[in-house]
Amino acid sequence: MARMKFLCDAERCIECNGCVTACKQEHDVPWGVNRRRVVTINDGVPGERSISVACMHCSDAPCMAVCPVDCFYRTEEGVVLHDKDLCIGCGYCFYACPFGAPQFPQAGAFGLRGKMDKCTFCAGGPEKDASDAEFRKYGRNRLAEGKLPACAEMCSTKALLGGDGDVIADIYRNRVLKRGKGSEVWGWGTAYGQPPKPAAPPPQKG
Amino acid sequence: MKTSKRIQAAGCAVVVAAASLMLAGCGEKSQDLAAAKTGRYQGKADSQPWDNDPGAFAAGNFTKGDRAGWEKALATRAQAQNEYGRAQ
Repeated sequence: MARMKFLCDAERCIECNGCVTACKQEHDVPWGVNRRRVVTINDGVPGERSISVACMHCSDAPCMAVCPVDCFYRTEEGVVLHDKDLCIGCGYCFYACPFGAPQFPQAGAFGLRGKMDKCTFCAGGPEKDASDAEFRKYGRNRLAEGKLPACAEMCSTKALLGGDGDVIADIYRNRVLKRGKGSEVWGWGTAYGQPPKPAAPPPQKG
Repeated sequence: MKTSKRIQAAGCAVVVAAASLMLAGCGEKSQDLAAAKTGRYQGKADSQPWDNDPGAFAAGNFTKGDRAGWEKALATRAQAQNEYGRAQ
């Protein structure tokens, strides 16, 4: 069974923002909302790295845990989606998310928050697939067309990989073996790692 | 005499009104959404990506309801991200 994941190769990302542009164009994302963005660490310092960040569709998603109206769900392929008709725009998910993925469009003249918007892994939402309602609320449903997320497919250096976790992990493993460095995958431990196990009790004396 | 009866009647009316107000407070309906406390998804159901007509822009060779074909189409497409595979 496919388990959808994103993987960003910091050794390859050149901060071109092609993924950001592809996402905005594909889903007609409104002004002020960035489902994906590129973050640069140690900018201007030798060894700086850039990483493309969006919703990682976590295995144990904190947004899902804190939502007061339970508008999140996880599909069989592991994609975390939400129902915008149910979202009240409270912002709890934004504070819970370790990746800053949830976005809130300005919905009024006084800075009123609108309903949350985030990366859907190009899987649409709870509306009829490929319908106008789905596109208007969630963007295009590429998964239902047998395609992968536009950001990953558009990436010029193939730094951003998206798809079944086993497949993209194989691609990345092969790449690391060929170049001999850069095996650290940013964000994977946070998004897909196991919760820490409780420490074993100290041995009893005597 | 009449005045004292009127005062008694007015007193009874006040007591009955106060009691009915207090009882109304006891009869208030709960405003909690019981279902929302279950910790489960409360929204609309979503269809599976392989469970619809692929449409004119579909990639790969899969038909409606063909999950294995859909997964194969995605796995094939994912290999386009592997330039080591493409270069060989």
